[in-house]
Amino acid sequence: MDSTLPPLTERSSILRWMRQNLFGSWLDTLLTLLGSLIVYWALKGFLTWALTVAEWEVVSANLRLLIIGQYPLAQAWRLWMGLGFLIFLSGNSLGIWARDSKFYAALLLAPALLAALPFGEEPRKWLIALTLTGLIGWGLGRARPEVLKRSVITGWVIALPIFILLTNGLSESEIGFMPVVKTNLWGGLLLTFLLTAVGILFSFPLGVLLALGRRSQLPVVRLASVAYIELVRGVPLITILFMAQLMLPLFLPDNLTLDRVLRAMVGVTLFSAAYLAENVRGGLQAISHGQYEAGYALGLSGAQTMAFIILPQALRLIIPILVGQFIAVFKDTALVAIVGLFDLVGIAKTVLAQPDFLGLQREVYVFVSLIYWVLSYGMSYLSQRLEESLGVGKR
Amino acid sequence: MSEADDTIISVRDMHKWYGNFHALKGINMEVKKKEVIVIFGPSGSGKSTFIRAINRLEEHQRGEIIVDGITLGHDVRDIEQVRMETGMVFQQFNLFPHLTVMQNIVLAPIQVRKWTKQKAEETAMQLLERVGIPEQAHKYPGQLSGGQQQRVAIARALAMQPKIMLFDEPTSALDPEMIKEVLDVMVELARSGMTMLVVTHEMGFARAVADRMFFFDQGEIVESGTPEKIFDDPNEERTKLFLSQILSH
Ligand SMILES: Nc1ncnc2c1ncn2[C@@H]1O[C@H](COP(=O)(O)OP(=O)(O)OP(=O)(O)O)[C@@H](O)[C@H]1O
Ligand SMILES: [Mg+2]
Repeated sequence: MDSTLPPLTERSSILRWMRQNLFGSWLDTLLTLLGSLIVYWALKGFLTWALTVAEWEVVSANLRLLIIGQYPLAQAWRLWMGLGFLIFLSGNSLGIWARDSKFYAALLLAPALLAALPFGEEPRKWLIALTLTGLIGWGLGRARPEVLKRSVITGWVIALPIFILLTNGLSESEIGFMPVVKTNLWGGLLLTFLLTAVGILFSFPLGVLLALGRRSQLPVVRLASVAYIELVRGVPLITILFMAQLMLPLFLPDNLTLDRVLRAMVGVTLFSAAYLAENVRGGLQAISHGQYEAGYALGLSGAQTMAFIILPQALRLIIPILVGQFIAVFKDTALVAIVGLFDLVGIAKTVLAQPDFLGLQREVYVFVSLIYWVLSYGMSYLSQRLEESLGVGKR
Repeated sequence: MSEADDTIISVRDMHKWYGNFHALKGINMEVKKKEVIVIFGPSGSGKSTFIRAINRLEEHQRGEIIVDGITLGHDVRDIEQVRMETGMVFQQFNLFPHLTVMQNIVLAPIQVRKWTKQKAEETAMQLLERVGIPEQAHKYPGQLSGGQQQRVAIARALAMQPKIMLFDEPTSALDPEMIKEVLDVMVELARSGMTMLVVTHEMGFARAVADRMFFFDQGEIVESGTPEKIFDDPNEERTKLFLSQILSH
């Protein structure tokens, strides 16, 4: 018993820390006690519910629905392949650019951890395969960094198009190779992921262009950019999503119909671009005029100075803000549930509408929140590590 | 120093206003190839404005500026052409902090002169050796001392193989012990036959390499002449007064 206690000096330093930080004065003591009481109450209530009352079957029974919606099971291999491609690229990249970090290598074991969840036989095999794919990619990247660099970058550029192509399918006929899966069957985390990825990827260049437009010498360009940015920032996302659903078709030629998922993607992109533009503008303002002059004096054109000197510095400065915004996009996509799409939140509502699972809102929404939290926090944590290794704010 | 009589910079009756403020009031200057010109004068006299007008970082409103046969006007191609042929070194270095020393130097040769990466990097290494810091090639500007940064800035400007080099107070932001290492590079450059316009109050440098000196005050050229003439027998009282002030410490 005695041997498990920390050595005397350490024990006393813990006691000292507690005395200084928790029981420094009678007010501190009171607050500490009160705080502990509240935490104890809340935790006790939650844990009692989570461990005894909650009927988690609603989650395990609907896990597939929550992850991929109504996507046909027979075609699910395509999603696994898409995910495999992403994980392979991640492994490759980590092997090349973070070759000495055990932490990042350990991340590649995450799919194996997920295999411990109550998935069926089939997903479990896939998850193990994904883990192996990631590790193989990592090994290859470590072994041949110089050779693979270029192809990995190309891989990332085409990653989203490939994922969407796999999800959507190729052949129009039911029996052909990779038959098309209609977007109304895309759902759950899959749809949330696609909305987020498309929203971020397309709003990024659009936002940069708007930021540059806002600083343009040409009055028409400047006014148009300002008008767009201020208009979009002045209305809630939900109204933009409704407008994208109801009004977008009015602007398009008759023979062109956009499906509902695509319309939502357009809405999210247009919304996010306006905020991004303002963030980028903030970054641009932080770059001194001397940097422009140095570029011009070397004979670089305005566009070259922007592309090689100003933008890289401005964007690096605002990485933390950008990540914050990307996380916001991820969470904001939940609003598409209101315009009738079956993203993570939308599908949760349909799960709860099944007669078998009436009244289990708590379980379902706790689980959905958990997914959002894990992914949001993951993004934010990874970006902090990235900032550290890029030395943001140091040079 | 040079007997060549072909003019490379010609400024005639040049005026510049900032709003209502008349910053330059009719400047005339002819610079010949391989000449080294030193420009000095009190703060606010328009030295920076003048030298920055040569590569159009400032726009003049009246008179004309002809650089290497090109008249500076509103044509962007003309301006870019002049900037390709003129290197500039700034008081605050203005290195690109997100790029390594090597990347700082090769950026413009690759993007503007369309050199291959290999050719640009070889030239860059030669230049870094010339300015005495080849071992710093793969560091970032933030990791260098002020004197080293300014030498990188000189190498970066030289990498474009300019015909003219402009210096705007290149040593004013440096600690005293670093001034010499930068001046040494500039003296070597002047002796190699580069055409140079230098705004500076380093009178030792002026005496050593300047062909002619121009004293600016209140937007005008008060006096010009060889270093011997300016230092030993200036015509104008204002020149005498200013020189006595800066030479006294
Ligand atoms: N962008 C500007 N807008 C308005 N006035 C300006 C601007 N730039 C310079 N001036 C004014 O023009 C005059 C000349 O400035 P300039 O920078 O050329 O002086 P300088 O001789 O280089 O002085 P210093 O030795 O302090 O660098 C100064 O009175 C300055 O206040
Ligand atoms: Mg000045």
